[in-house]
Amino acid sequence: MNPEELQRIAAEELQAKSAAKHRIGVCTASGCLSCGSREVLKAIEQEAAARPEANLRIEGVGCMGLCSRGPLVMVQSGPVPAENSGAGAETAFLFKELTPADAPALVAYLEQQKSDPPTVAAGSTASSLAAKRCDLSAPFFRRQVKVVLEQFENIDPERIESYLAAGGYRALLDCLHHRRPVEIIDEITRSGLRGRGGGGYPVGLKWSTVAKAGAFVPQAGRSSRQSAGATAADRPDGPRKYVICNADEGDPGAFMDRSVLECAPHRVLEGMAIAAYAVGADFGYLYVRAEYPLAVERLRKAIVQAEKRGLLGRNIGGSAFNFQVEIRLGAGAFVCGEETALLASIEGRRGQPRPRPPYPAEHGLWGCPTLINNVETLANVAAIINRGADWFAALGTEKSKGTKVFALAGKIKNTGLIEVPMGISIHEIVHEMGSGEVGGIKAVQTGGPSGGCIPAEHFHLPVDYESLQAEGSIMGSGGMIIMDEGAAMVDVARFFMEFCVEESCGKCAPCRVGTTQVLLLLEKIGRGEGTAADLGQLEELCHLLQQTSLCGLGQSAANPVLSTLRFFRREYEQLLVDNTGKSNETDGSQSPQQGPQEVKK
Amino acid sequence: MSGGRVITLQIDGRDCGADENQTILEVAQENGIFIPTLCHLNGLHPVGGCRICMVEVEGAPRPLPACVTHPAEGMRVTTDTPELRRRRRLILELMLAEGNHVCAVCVVNGHCELQELALQLGVDHLEIPALYPRREVDASHPRFGLDRNRCVLCTRCVRVCGEIEGAHTWDVMGRGLKAAIISDLNQPWGEAESCTACGKCVQVCPTGALFEKGKATGEMVKRHLHLPLLTAMRKEEEER
Repeated sequence: MNPEELQRIAAEELQAKSAAKHRIGVCTASGCLSCGSREVLKAIEQEAAARPEANLRIEGVGCMGLCSRGPLVMVQSGPVPAENSGAGAETAFLFKELTPADAPALVAYLEQQKSDPPTVAAGSTASSLAAKRCDLSAPFFRRQVKVVLEQFENIDPERIESYLAAGGYRALLDCLHHRRPVEIIDEITRSGLRGRGGGGYPVGLKWSTVAKAGAFVPQAGRSSRQSAGATAADRPDGPRKYVICNADEGDPGAFMDRSVLECAPHRVLEGMAIAAYAVGADFGYLYVRAEYPLAVERLRKAIVQAEKRGLLGRNIGGSAFNFQVEIRLGAGAFVCGEETALLASIEGRRGQPRPRPPYPAEHGLWGCPTLINNVETLANVAAIINRGADWFAALGTEKSKGTKVFALAGKIKNTGLIEVPMGISIHEIVHEMGSGEVGGIKAVQTGGPSGGCIPAEHFHLPVDYESLQAEGSIMGSGGMIIMDEGAAMVDVARFFMEFCVEESCGKCAPCRVGTTQVLLLLEKIGRGEGTAADLGQLEELCHLLQQTSLCGLGQSAANPVLSTLRFFRREYEQLLVDNTGKSNETDGSQSPQQGPQEVKK
Repeated sequence: MSGGRVITLQIDGRDCGADENQTILEVAQENGIFIPTLCHLNGLHPVGGCRICMVEVEGAPRPLPACVTHPAEGMRVTTDTPELRRRRRLILELMLAEGNHVCAVCVVNGHCELQELALQLGVDHLEIPALYPRREVDASHPRFGLDRNRCVLCTRCVRVCGEIEGAHTWDVMGRGLKAAIISDLNQPWGEAESCTACGKCVQVCPTGALFEKGKATGEMVKRHLHLPLLTAMRKEEEER
């Protein structure tokens, strides 16, 4: 498809949208679907069909963030906002917790064409509707800056036309027709984008390493049986480079990547295609967890649609560039999010990490140079190309540019998905956006099992890679679990260690056995049977894990323990038998299980 | 390994010449510097799994496994510090606590690499609780036996079977502490069709996990010094 055709399709779609008096978008991401948004969508469609004079356009759209209050429904009126303008529609209402029973009132109200939002006085049915209206000027919405999640409320994840109307694939065609690969890498480098999977490695640097590496003839595994999962088609004769999208999100309490994949699969594909063009790859893999069935289904659909429109496959957009994408499902091992284990898994081998170097950028899939980026990283790419590196670099802090998507969970009122500029303080996220009770929050856990807990006294800290690391936590992929006074920190540490014990692959001895020994000590201390010597041993083992484990999983497995020891050492010491003689201080109403269970949810 | 650039590095203050494709362990061995190892075996691909051979490299944030780390120009390596010794001891303790290592009744008592390593590192007791797992023993093979209780998951058997014998009978199943060596698709060893009964796995096993039947306590002596020779001969053959 050439740029003109693309514009025509986008224009048609926009026209169809603008023709409607009101546009109703019902969230069809996992969160809202699980509380019945499909039924709400159907009910509204039926109601609208019965009243064609209302002139409504109804579609399933992406996540609108406030996941705890689903199903969410956005009603927009007036002209469709220009793409990338950052402006919302002329009038927009967001309704929370809608049920199919609310559909008649909603449609009836919209048919009356009132310009005001429904008020409580407007009648009994309308009043229930009014109560369900979200205040879009609340900090939760107002503080957000959307790059990755941009236009989610306008994009139907299952239709490529909808993504095209939102300005989709323009960046890719612009790159293919007007920019050389080296210029694209330069743009990404100047933007200051860093890996959003948690590591924070400069993306431009990674891209240029892969671009500089010579393409390589793929090699079979070390022995014939080891690569039994791979077919001949996977390993062609010619030299190759690969682009891999790491969508093996597995931190407890994190669902950013799932949402992006479910709501804008094309945005990720576009990012992959641009990356492939920039580094000289012609084949890509999307490594997605099998636990994300909806994301997989939509990605499959998106790939077919993009291929049909000539935006993936051979001679993309009429250029000489070829790029093919395949989906590989992860079978549930957390360690497969580690890049070398991920590569082994794609090659059909046991999903275990290997020592680095060599890094995948030089020696990756089947020995070929391989670019591995996280979902959110790739979802940033098109926006940077469209609006320029300077615009992106203006967002965020000096060393951490752009925005970050966080999944808020735990003891706050507004749980869900937010995208905020880097450098925003934890206080703003937890208390202002999340509406967490000031004084009632004890700590926030970031980075999942690889991260740590940041106590409330440190909430003034800006959220960026360096600040969080200095506090013994990590930015991680973006999970944020907010804990109140009911959370016993020893139990929090125990929960994450249980997770690591479960997920250790068993290749290296420190992680395989060390995590279990740490867990045993945490359990012993938690039961009130630990001694001061046990605490010393706990720290010794944690340092061993950090220092000698083979991969990031083991190296960071001790972080939750070390960071709770750092900030909440008293809680550990209070549990020691030979120290105070007192056992666990938490009473029945604040069960020590509370924190961990919250996480498990 | 050879064919790369020649570089110089310092190991324990001594200047060493090396090929960049070598590993730090190989260079150290060539220069008579001892680095303790367990999963590593000359002649097999290194995996860097046991973490016993960790050495300190100046500028690196954490110790690096000597068996898989390549030297670089001007690199300064330290193979023995109190810190490293403590770490190695603790890792070995972890491994000893993981299985059921009762030397007095073991076929390789006196010829066991794990036992010898414990002696070298001065591990004469455990400070962490032993886990006493219940693991399966496979005695279905007519000539050999597998006692998983004595396995340290070094994967030498997996590698020798795949890389040298080419049968790939052995593999690892399960995660974490549940990881275990299995033959074929977790069939009893005696029923594993791919096994050629060559016995290489038995000879390379550092502990008494793999043993010849009919050997009494302390009788099983392992022979694996021919492995590097075998690989060298193979390579010659290929190059011809």
